[in-house]
Amino acid sequence: MSPRQPIVSLRNVGKTFESGTVALRGLDLEVCDGEFVSLLGPSGCGKSTALRIVAGLSVASEGAVDWLESGQSARIGFVFQEPTLMPWADVASNVRLPLKLAHADETQSRAAVAQTLARVGLADFADAYPRELSGGMKMRASIARALVTEPHLLLMDEPFAALDEITRFKLNNDLLTLWQELARTVIFVTHSVFESVYLSQRIVVMTPRPGRVFADLSIDAPYPRDDAFRTSAEYAGYCRTVSQALSQAMGEAAA
Amino acid sequence: MNERALRIALPVFVLAIVLSLWQAVVDGFGIPPYVLPAPGLVFLTLISDGALLWHSLLVTLFTTFEGFLLAAIGGIGLAILFSQSRLIEYSLYPYAVILQVTPIVAIAPLLLIYLPQPLAVLACAWIVAFFPVLANTTLGLSSVDHNLIALFALYKASRWQLLWNLKLPAALPQMLAGLRIAGGLSLIGAVVAEIAAGSAGAGSGLAYRIAESGYRLNIPRMFAALLLLALAGVAIFFALSALSHLALRRWHESAVKREL
Repeated sequence: MSPRQPIVSLRNVGKTFESGTVALRGLDLEVCDGEFVSLLGPSGCGKSTALRIVAGLSVASEGAVDWLESGQSARIGFVFQEPTLMPWADVASNVRLPLKLAHADETQSRAAVAQTLARVGLADFADAYPRELSGGMKMRASIARALVTEPHLLLMDEPFAALDEITRFKLNNDLLTLWQELARTVIFVTHSVFESVYLSQRIVVMTPRPGRVFADLSIDAPYPRDDAFRTSAEYAGYCRTVSQALSQAMGEAAA
Repeated sequence: MNERALRIALPVFVLAIVLSLWQAVVDGFGIPPYVLPAPGLVFLTLISDGALLWHSLLVTLFTTFEGFLLAAIGGIGLAILFSQSRLIEYSLYPYAVILQVTPIVAIAPLLLIYLPQPLAVLACAWIVAFFPVLANTTLGLSSVDHNLIALFALYKASRWQLLWNLKLPAALPQMLAGLRIAGGLSLIGAVVAEIAAGSAGAGSGLAYRIAESGYRLNIPRMFAALLLLALAGVAIFFALSALSHLALRRWHESAVKREL
């Protein structure tokens, strides 16, 4: 992943909702191939809106979203804040859904689903129904579903916000492992300074209402990162810097 | 005694008390059967008139079943149509409501003028039964998790895929609740129409037997027919509840056993 080209760029993107709320204004953001970028900001700062615009689930009122290759936008995986699984289908069917919608070959789909489930540690739960799973396992299933199409770009909208800290740390570690193995690009939306520093190469701090980029900070600590990194002085230092940027971003909005 | 046994034993116990009281009152006061038949006599009538009543029961049940089937197809079909197009929904929904709120007893005589009798009875069964299916299915189809809809949009699902793989399964619990109500209502619709038709002369369903026995002061047969209608209603309810449970037991909260 050395030659860094922007896989997607947002240029001067603005979003005004029908209610008149201005969620985003003048948002410029480039995300490079293979990067792990976090969008960090308080709730209501438009970071989820930005992510939905990248996914094509929402249309920008102003500005443009440019892709490196045309048709690239088709290769997206999206993980929502809630697991968003179909309760009437077992885990394997939930994960197979994107392939089924694309009319993929049945046998190949099964193999892809089995492989992806094994990757996220759910190999033994293929036949389980969502209600039988814990919160963390549901989120793993949700991540597996996003990965099963082998997307170039993985978009994650505060996926671990509802989980307890122990589960969240475990999933953070597993997500980094997945990212390193698969070498995908990840845009990760969060309101947690600690989570964003732990995971990301780059943190984009956003201002609230209207959302735009306040600071673009790089976290240069090497991967693989583990629990030793989580307790290091380096990590604490980054967290301090990012926290300061975040409070400045919020202060600027208040002023 | 456990909960389950109690739920069966207690109603049976109440029934036994009520029936013995009834029998005692009729015997004790010497009430003639054309005023109030004793439960024993009703039971005997059920056996002696068995062939006739059984035939009538089958006629009524068949109409009910047809009405229910048409209500299910019509209700679910309309709900799907409404979910596909707002314009169709806005155009037709008010009339579905009007059809529902107008008492069926008032519509039945009119239908009997314009339609041959079996068709009129069927139409009544359909009119009362289709609305709960329509209303419940519409609710189900329109309350699908919006994130799942977004997910389907992300993977460029077609309209058909969205309907078949997401909206219909998501609406299944509400749809089944609607069908459960429709089962009982189509029996009511069939009975109402038969009663209305009965006063016009011809018919062979259970409700017609009730009307006819009334004219002839054959009160024991009225009770026997009524008993059969009640049993038919209960049977329909349990059959549809069982169907609903079978369809939902793997995933829906309503069918999942919990400790608390």
